[in-house]
Amino acid sequence: MIVVVDYKAGNLASVMKALVAVGADAVSTSDPEMVRGAERIILPGVGHFQATDFLCRHGLREAIGERAAAGVPFLGICVGLQWLFQGSTEAPGVAGLGIFDGLCDRFEPGQKVPHVGWNSLAVKENSRLLASLADGTFVYFTHSYRAPVSHATVAVTEYGGPFAAAVEDGNVMGVQFHPEKSGAAGLRILRNFVELPC
Amino acid sequence: MLTRRIIACLDVTGGRVVKGVQFVDLIDAGDPAELAARHAESGADEIVLLDITATHEGRGTLIDAVRRAASQIFIPFTVGGGVRALEDAASLFDAGADKISVNSAALTRPALIDEIGARFGAQAVIVAIDARRADGGADVYVNGGRTLAGRKALDWAREAEQRGAGEILLTSMDADGTRAGFDCELTAEVSAAVQIPVIASGGAGSAAHFTEVFKRGKADAALAASIFHFGIADVRALKRELAGDGIPVRLPC
Repeated sequence: MIVVVDYKAGNLASVMKALVAVGADAVSTSDPEMVRGAERIILPGVGHFQATDFLCRHGLREAIGERAAAGVPFLGICVGLQWLFQGSTEAPGVAGLGIFDGLCDRFEPGQKVPHVGWNSLAVKENSRLLASLADGTFVYFTHSYRAPVSHATVAVTEYGGPFAAAVEDGNVMGVQFHPEKSGAAGLRILRNFVELPC
Repeated sequence: MLTRRIIACLDVTGGRVVKGVQFVDLIDAGDPAELAARHAESGADEIVLLDITATHEGRGTLIDAVRRAASQIFIPFTVGGGVRALEDAASLFDAGADKISVNSAALTRPALIDEIGARFGAQAVIVAIDARRADGGADVYVNGGRTLAGRKALDWAREAEQRGAGEILLTSMDADGTRAGFDCELTAEVSAAVQIPVIASGGAGSAAHFTEVFKRGKADAALAASIFHFGIADVRALKRELAGDGIPVRLPC
């Protein structure tokens, strides 16, 4: 069973719908015990980094951290990717999970913000999440903050400079764009995730 | 590179897509879910579904159309028309909309923008502005372009941004229905006045018009409704022409 973590940020409907489209059996919940029993965990999210505070207050941060450390495939989407870093200047008082080093930060002035629309991925070859995706594939973004490029970055996108469009370190993965809104390419990525051995 | 978006707009009334010129002589053009899927398949970057009559009685039919369309498309999906309160927006998000477009109700009560943004995220709120050129700057209109709102377009766009709108959907009432091209001057003015993306609407008649509104009008996206009913076969054909003009677009799509 795939658990989609509901932390009351935006709507989960489109992620659930896309999972149905790739034939996955998913349930959404805010219950940490269900997270502990999950075969795979997806942390979606649109909105403010502050919303991830919910994860802390409801024991979800601990549950996700445990399972991710135990090797359960984890996918963070949008703010869900950002939460894997140490934090974000969007909400300085809220700590991220800190699996990846660095802070998420707002796009530099001079760019239109939010970064909305279809932008291309420069894909690294060693990604399991992005397997079979052509370099230059377009995916849909909508966000005002972005994560720094690091050793865990498996796809880079340019918008007034490079940022981490996808990260992957073993079983822990994240995408800044919205696979559930990125047409056939997005569904391919979700299928890659649900088909990972666990 | 961030591409310029082509957004296919479906005008809906009573649960059916209609086409016509400036809201008159409406003829039935099909089922919204089926047409939304077809536009997505043919390369549209987003779909907008606009309830052009937005009657209280038609709300259930609209929600049903949104639900059916949302189950078939995996690209961004915006719904507008008749969103008067947070609950209207919430029921559309529940039915599968990714973004909500607000217009008249936000002019009457601008806090509606803040409320929807606070609950569903700023990226989920599009403020639609219907504007017509006038002395001292374009005026904003409501009720399908019939009534002056008493606001200048640039001021209202700035206020919408401050209140947390994620995008502006700017329709030129002068250009709308003419098929003579977008109002590039007005679009460029609004685009320069705000930091958020601006979607140009009204006046599309040819691929060259899109090139112009992206280059001269500084639009981040352009919306087309009836153009696919005459002249240009589909979004993919339009994008190929734009790519030939040096406009970055999502291809293949």
